[in-house]
Amino acid sequence: MNARRLKQLTPYLLLLPSIIFLFIFFAFPMVNAFTLAFQSDAGEWTLEHFSTMVNDVAFAQAFRTTLLLLVIIIPVQFALALIMALLIQSKLKFSGLFLYIYSIPLGISELAAGIVWFAIFTERGYLNTVLTGLGILEKPFIFLSYQNTGWLLFAVVVAEVWRATSIVMVILVAGLQSIPSEFLEAADVFGATLWQKVWQVILPMLKPSLQVALILRTILAFQVFAVAMAVAGRGVTLLAAEAYRWYGTYRNPHVAAAYAVLILTLSIVSTALYVWGLRTPEEQTL
Amino acid sequence: MNKLLVKVLVLMVSISLFAAACQPQVTQPPKEVQVIVTQIVEVAPPVVDYGDIVWLSTQLRPVQEAEKVRGVILDKFPGNVEFIPEDEGPFHDRITAEVQANQGTVDVLGALHGNFSTMGPKDQLQDLTALRSSLADRGIPDAFWDVAQLNTDKTYYVPWMQATYILAINKKALEYLPAGADVNALTYDDLMAWAKNIKDTTGDAKFGFPAGESGLLHRFFQGFLVPSFSGGVVTTFASDDAAQGWQWLKDFWPYVNPQSTTYNFMQEQLLNEEVWIAWDHTARLKDAFEALPDDFLAVPVPAGPKGRAFMPVIAGLAIPVTSTNQAGAEALIAYLTEPQIQVTTLREVGFFPIVAVDYPGYVSPGIKLEGEAVTLQAGAPDALPALLPQGLADKGGDFNKVFRDTFTSIVLNGEDINTVLDEQKVILQSIMDATGAPCWSPDPDSVGKACQVK
Repeated sequence: MNARRLKQLTPYLLLLPSIIFLFIFFAFPMVNAFTLAFQSDAGEWTLEHFSTMVNDVAFAQAFRTTLLLLVIIIPVQFALALIMALLIQSKLKFSGLFLYIYSIPLGISELAAGIVWFAIFTERGYLNTVLTGLGILEKPFIFLSYQNTGWLLFAVVVAEVWRATSIVMVILVAGLQSIPSEFLEAADVFGATLWQKVWQVILPMLKPSLQVALILRTILAFQVFAVAMAVAGRGVTLLAAEAYRWYGTYRNPHVAAAYAVLILTLSIVSTALYVWGLRTPEEQTL
Repeated sequence: MNKLLVKVLVLMVSISLFAAACQPQVTQPPKEVQVIVTQIVEVAPPVVDYGDIVWLSTQLRPVQEAEKVRGVILDKFPGNVEFIPEDEGPFHDRITAEVQANQGTVDVLGALHGNFSTMGPKDQLQDLTALRSSLADRGIPDAFWDVAQLNTDKTYYVPWMQATYILAINKKALEYLPAGADVNALTYDDLMAWAKNIKDTTGDAKFGFPAGESGLLHRFFQGFLVPSFSGGVVTTFASDDAAQGWQWLKDFWPYVNPQSTTYNFMQEQLLNEEVWIAWDHTARLKDAFEALPDDFLAVPVPAGPKGRAFMPVIAGLAIPVTSTNQAGAEALIAYLTEPQIQVTTLREVGFFPIVAVDYPGYVSPGIKLEGEAVTLQAGAPDALPALLPQGLADKGGDFNKVFRDTFTSIVLNGEDINTVLDEQKVILQSIMDATGAPCWSPDPDSVGKACQVK
């Protein structure tokens, strides 16, 4: 009896450590953040912090810029990551080496990557030095000007794409490797072109990996922060950067928590959309 | 194998013997030494060790400065001090947590007056009145001690070092200085004409403001621009005079390097010549003066219609109520306010002494440049000291935000000045009402009542 009972309980016992971990490090702080966001200092329930957040000078710009970055960065990253993953899988000479080269940015912290790209784009930075040295520019061009939001965003996009494309690539490489070679051989037998193979075989089979990568990237994109801060300073502002400022600079944890709740809500909604929009019918799963 | 090893060893030993044998033999001529022994005293200095002391500080955070603290400034202190530089947010969180848990790890706090003014009323700081009287011989000005009482009859921190903000000027800019302007007594109009002249002639905007993430631009509004034009900070926030100040900045902004929103420490942009003229904190200009003292000038900030407003910055040392090494903490504070350590602090990190010291001749030329500008600025006939905000408790950040937002709306987004000032005035007043903070200099005394925006 006891042995049987223990056997029944085993899966739950095995799950227990991760549940405790999730509770302490995710659920508990999350509940705390919610209470901070919805309670006043006196402990009354209020929406005051959300109205402070929405009516703040920086809110509209932060919201717009965060979405804009998301819309620009994610398609670029996925196109690049797919090309990189296909190149690695192409079995060309040395193609395995690319995996390691492409993964280098994964090992670099967000802030360090931001500082590197700041050093490239700033007035006396590497890019301007090269361009003036080659005679293409007469004098340094100011990329990182607050008057020049286009270039400012461009610099942030380049830095962020450089930094975070490889994580998408790693997921896609794993997905590609799980596609049985018979499928591609069958496509070859029917005389499919490379384009047809990518479009009709590889992409549909990659859907689960794409879903994972999309969810991951979108959630991370809502949290983009250090790169933008290092490259653009106060020139652009983002939701996560505002949350940081309200907490660290303005010392108001309530409004910071309101931002956190907003970011969490956006993340959950977009995740739900991906799960629903990219669901794979039962008969298509491997 | 072993034989080989033995051979090598034997070879090495013989080489070293040979080398020793080759040393020139020096025969010392016999010296006549006269020694008069009158008394034999056994000197055994008392061995004092204050043990482990943890010092948490919002000041001297940059890596090089922190290394100077650990390696040079604390070098002679008899005890093992762990210096932990920390951002303001985590600094307050840590002390709040330790006080709430009634279990301390931190013994000494180093921070700005503004940090302490949020902590004293929360019973996080010890009353240091006794320590104050034991430090009476230091010559710390009474004005600083008064501020350290945080509007009570207790003393909550010991003044530690001071700084302010000045203008740093690359000498290349001097040829564009408008005729008749005195570089050591500039006005806001002079500065406008100067920066415009540079832009018109060279095509570049060569003035720089630290308007980046950790830049201190809000202090320019609170301690320089608004008081210089309006004679106050809070009371005159939305006045026509203050509006003129913001109009000045709006007109001036085309001559400011547009990358300013990424600038945090102006010494970097001065050294790489992205800018020629910059306003910043003395500690954030220091590297430029140190690296190229012959290329730069340090001058007082400009004067407006109401005077040459400037903000003196006072950092202090305090002991949290949860300190576990009381004797060590007090000894460390006494040590850091010793005149020679104050001079070392000035030399190493560019913060100026708070105690009476003779201006040391052996500080570097760069520091000397800054020191002279600081003295000139404080002693200017039209000097108008505008203190750091006081009594705002944990609303100091919101107060800064009012000025930052006013700047963003008026200057960066080009909105109407009076509309913005009227909007922000409401927020400013709500901060003053929530904290009940009385007016501080240069606003007129509000006799204990919350400061009112007119």
